[in-house]
Amino acid sequence: MATPTLDSPVKQIQIEGLVVLKMIKHYQEEGQGSEVVQGVLLGLVVEDRLEITNCFPFPQHTEDDADFDEVQYQMEMMRSLRHVNIDHLHVGWYQSTYYGSFVSRALLDSQFSYQHAIEESVVLIYDPIKTAQGSLSLKAYRLTPKLMEICKEKDFSAEGLKKAMIGFEHMFEEVPIVIKNSHLINVLMWELEEKCTVADKHELLNLSSSNHLEKSLQLLMDRVDDMSQDIVKYNTYSRNLSKQQQQKHQYIQRRQQENAQRQTRGETPLPEEDVSKMFKPPQPPPRMDTLLIAGQINNYCQNVKEFTSQNLGKLFMAEALQGHNS
Amino acid sequence: PMQQMSVYGPVVKIHPVVLASIGDSYERRNEGASRVIGTLLGTIDKHSVEVTNCFSVPHNESEDEVAVDMEFAKNMYDLHKRVSPSEVIVGWYATGFEITEHSVLIHEYYSREATNPIHLTMDTALQSGKMNIRAYVSAQMGVPGKTVGVMFTPLSVKYKYYDTERIGVDLLQRTRDAPNTTNGLTSDLCQVGGAAGRVQDMLATVLTYIEDVLSGKQMADNSVGRYLMDLVNKVPKITAEDFETMLNSNINDLLMVTYLSNLTQAQIALNEKIVVL
Repeated sequence: MATPTLDSPVKQIQIEGLVVLKMIKHYQEEGQGSEVVQGVLLGLVVEDRLEITNCFPFPQHTEDDADFDEVQYQMEMMRSLRHVNIDHLHVGWYQSTYYGSFVSRALLDSQFSYQHAIEESVVLIYDPIKTAQGSLSLKAYRLTPKLMEICKEKDFSAEGLKKAMIGFEHMFEEVPIVIKNSHLINVLMWELEEKCTVADKHELLNLSSSNHLEKSLQLLMDRVDDMSQDIVKYNTYSRNLSKQQQQKHQYIQRRQQENAQRQTRGETPLPEEDVSKMFKPPQPPPRMDTLLIAGQINNYCQNVKEFTSQNLGKLFMAEALQGHNS
Repeated sequence: PMQQMSVYGPVVKIHPVVLASIGDSYERRNEGASRVIGTLLGTIDKHSVEVTNCFSVPHNESEDEVAVDMEFAKNMYDLHKRVSPSEVIVGWYATGFEITEHSVLIHEYYSREATNPIHLTMDTALQSGKMNIRAYVSAQMGVPGKTVGVMFTPLSVKYKYYDTERIGVDLLQRTRDAPNTTNGLTSDLCQVGGAAGRVQDMLATVLTYIEDVLSGKQMADNSVGRYLMDLVNKVPKITAEDFETMLNSNINDLLMVTYLSNLTQAQIALNEKIVVL
């Protein structure tokens, strides 16, 4: 899912510490379980860097709030923030994810509309479970120009995708992130370090891994099931198509034979009927979903591999320590 | 020192996001304003007030008068309430070192919004060299019926972190060593290496302390000794064979999962190529 393209307008994302803290808090308070939390990122564009200086959360979609107007909430929020001199340029949005599953139609659509309106916008994916395991997991994604083209045309058929030569690896591009704090915040950090008595938790060195692996593999299996169903659909389609071709061919041959016979008997040949109207070609299945599923599977595999490599390192360390003792 | 003053009133627990927000609002203040104020949101407990969010409120302050945009405050609070319905107004904050007379007026306004509001000050101009984050609650004083005044009594301030916040703050703290440069997010084994390095440093500190005590350079402290005893006893006693089996089964699991995910990735790549043919 990686490799940034050279012609992308944004080469680096710079986030302020405040945004990171706000996203963490938002998930912690409102997003327990597998619900996603979303919010808007505000900032500005400086040369080829996208600076994110603030953010605000979006309320959850609840059924009993049917007349809630998202756009109005956003407009009011931005207007109010402008009063206190906070950058009010919309530069993207953020979303939390559950074990890395975020490649979905909804995300694609949202990001497309954002990128269409504002060229440099990104979506920040915050993984709270990975963060709780010891290291902040924050990634920034944009749609590749190729994918933007396809979404614009709304041409999701197999031919369209083949023409653009999009594989699941070329759907999103990841943009590197750096975190920057102003000097005042740095002073604050020094003070907090001094006064804070919370013990340093070493979750990162935790050796247990089976729980996480189980859940990841479960999700992976579900996706692979979806994928295989999709493949079956595609196979039936291509089989139907070839059967139909055969039928068409046979029909034409029969017609020609009949016509030849009639000519020998001196009768008028039967009219050539429009073959294509008789045999309607079956609908090709949409390929976009397959692409998304493939992208998601790829993402899961990447995450699992990262996790296992870390854990292997930890286990070998434990082994070395044990060998040292005995 | 100052933190151990009178504990009349609830304990104030602050989350780091609030402080970062206040600092950010101070940096973005209007020209000519010497300080910024804003509302604090959070939850109230029996003995403590937990401050989890805040937003700044525009205000104008001059020698004689102070004007606060209350409409704005109300609006913002409503918007925030949509996202986190459990947060209520618990008080207000102001940057700066002292509590001025204007603060009393503003505090009165907030008393209407919340019962017994907290007033938080943060010295962003670093007048005394430190940030001096303090919290106060107001109390009536004076002679009832005649001159009545308001006194701000200090409260003890603690910092509360969620686990994930702790990790986020750790990352942010790495930027303070090199203030002008930025900090990328490390990945994979670097992180494990970093964490192991930190543990190693801590062990080194403990070892130097022990050696100092043994050689008589430092007085032995009994409580520290008890902690050390706990530490040594926490290492579980496993026989070598058990450890081998545990280690091997774990490694096998991880290797199998790696193999499976590689296989899956190869499979979907192939699938893609075949379909496109």
